[in-house]
Amino acid sequence: MKNISKFWLTSTVAAMASSPLAAQEAMGIDEKVNQVFANLTGPFVGLIFAPFPGTSFPWIVMWLVVAATIFTLYFGFVQFRFFKHAIQLVKGDYSDPNDAGEVSHFQALATALSGTVGLGNIAGVAVAVGIGGPGATFWMILAGLLGMASKFTECTLGVKYRNEYPDGSVSGGPMYYISKGFKELGLPGGKFLAVLFSIFCILGALGGGNMFQANQAHAQISGIVGDYPGWITGIIFAGAVFAVIVGGIKSIANVTEKVVPFMGILYVGAALIILIVNYDMIGWAFGQIFTGAFTGLGVAGGFVGALIQGFKRAAFSNEAGVGSAAIAHSAVRTKEPITEGFVSLLEPLIDTVVICTMTALVIVISQQLIVDPTTGNYLLTEAGNAISTVDGNTGVSLTSAAFGSSISWFPYVLAIAVVLFAFSTMISWSYYGLKSWTYLFGEGKTSELTFKIIFCIFIVIGAAASLGPVIDFSDAAIFAMAVVNIFCLYFLMKVVKKELFSYTSRLKSGEIKKFTH
Amino acid sequence: MTVKIVIGLDGTDTGERALAFAKDLASKIDACELLAIYVIEWSPFTFQTPEENEQRHKRREEEIALAMARIVEPAVAALQEAGFKASGLVRHGDVAETLNKLTVENGGSQIIVGRASSDGFAKRIFGSSTQNLVMHADVPVTVVG
Repeated sequence: MKNISKFWLTSTVAAMASSPLAAQEAMGIDEKVNQVFANLTGPFVGLIFAPFPGTSFPWIVMWLVVAATIFTLYFGFVQFRFFKHAIQLVKGDYSDPNDAGEVSHFQALATALSGTVGLGNIAGVAVAVGIGGPGATFWMILAGLLGMASKFTECTLGVKYRNEYPDGSVSGGPMYYISKGFKELGLPGGKFLAVLFSIFCILGALGGGNMFQANQAHAQISGIVGDYPGWITGIIFAGAVFAVIVGGIKSIANVTEKVVPFMGILYVGAALIILIVNYDMIGWAFGQIFTGAFTGLGVAGGFVGALIQGFKRAAFSNEAGVGSAAIAHSAVRTKEPITEGFVSLLEPLIDTVVICTMTALVIVISQQLIVDPTTGNYLLTEAGNAISTVDGNTGVSLTSAAFGSSISWFPYVLAIAVVLFAFSTMISWSYYGLKSWTYLFGEGKTSELTFKIIFCIFIVIGAAASLGPVIDFSDAAIFAMAVVNIFCLYFLMKVVKKELFSYTSRLKSGEIKKFTH
Repeated sequence: MTVKIVIGLDGTDTGERALAFAKDLASKIDACELLAIYVIEWSPFTFQTPEENEQRHKRREEEIALAMARIVEPAVAALQEAGFKASGLVRHGDVAETLNKLTVENGGSQIIVGRASSDGFAKRIFGSSTQNLVMHADVPVTVVG
């Protein structure tokens, strides 16, 4: 700990001591990092977000929504039918008392949530509303509701096909269910697809689970203390993450894990207060959301623009269909894999339908988006690709300004929340990335350390690059995971259906009983 | 009819005193069986990192083995040496709730526990496990000071 405090102190002093000239040079570094990064990732991003020929609609968005819709229909609206049962499972009503001390449903859900609730809910929503207008919120909620079925499918499989080692530790996730599931069904190519998923998961961990977090945390901090080079934030974050994942300093991770849920509650609480204070505008805000959903209210790309942004940011925030949550959920102790599937469907609900909607409502109600008084439509920026905002805020600074307009000191709390959310998401994703890495390269100290060091280097790059290229790469990497994962889920969903049928019939017959009454 | 007395151990001196009192009481009853229980404080509603979850099963086994070896087995051995019929259990959970539940499940007729071994801020607010047990137990509870 001592070394870390020293390290933090040195970095801070170095930052303060830098002369304007040094700052200019540092900005130069940021720009260079940005340019090299954008050039390197451009082709990959282009492929993932390629539009359908003759339209501006990216095929990947359709891929996610169609999958979520198919899973919803295939499992007969499982997200609504088993909602109450999911709550009972989280409460522990069906947990065997003899398993006390093992990972509970609640713990698995909370761990998975701490990986997803974060900047996607704060910055991602601001990006969606800032580009797609309030209407994006409608599509975001719809994507969240449908995404519950995708999450259910992948998390059931995650538990069913996890690896259990002799010492009792477990490893699970898409790479395991793809390879084992395909083998069980006699399908070819399982191993290849699992490897492909692992590669994309590593990129996703470095992108959305790392660079985007570092980038937005820097934006938030520099918004409060004044502009300074991003690589400084990057190095500080990298140092803290390094201390946890390499140095094994559990106390930092433990404190974060305990403070993050509190921050989440505080965030939703503040949003609720703002909504209550402005209760007379809630109806109007929902009006804007519904009207904007189908007309676009003048946003770039019209209602399709709103739809694309809503779907994209929902997927980025709740990660339904991406496969990452299956890695976190697979640690639960249960004899019935499907129970974790039920529990996991609460994740998109809490993440997207509740928290993201709160953020969106606060942004709309605080009137940060500038409306043209003559047409009633939103004014676009000069570039024409986003809505003009008060002070030109985008991303996390837009959310911050929206909260700040009602609660003046809230941006400070938000800054702390953003830093902590970013940090906990990084810790979670470093684990997801590591699991994929060890799947590819085998477990072992050198192999694990290599990944962890790469992970820390990317934090610095993420904080130094500008938002555009980082967000593009982050989205592309995470959606690339979804390409492989969903493709495989189509083959494996019949396994889940069998589990669902068996479980529900035993639940009905009374074979599966509650332990508490 | 055999009387079954449950002793709540906590690995401290007060637990030892509860044990001594139980021995004394049992010697006055003809057919008596003693059950020594140690509850590892645990809640299913905590927040953990993915790595902690991955290792949880292993840790749990270690915790149980340690509690058995350090606290429960020595107590049971001492009771058996003194000529009593005794057995032991280790379980994770809320101390008061789990102790009561296990007593009922095993047909225990009373519980003997030590007085709360320390007092702190949390105990002032939530009460000690002993206080909770006394208030919610389904069988008579003897608290040894």
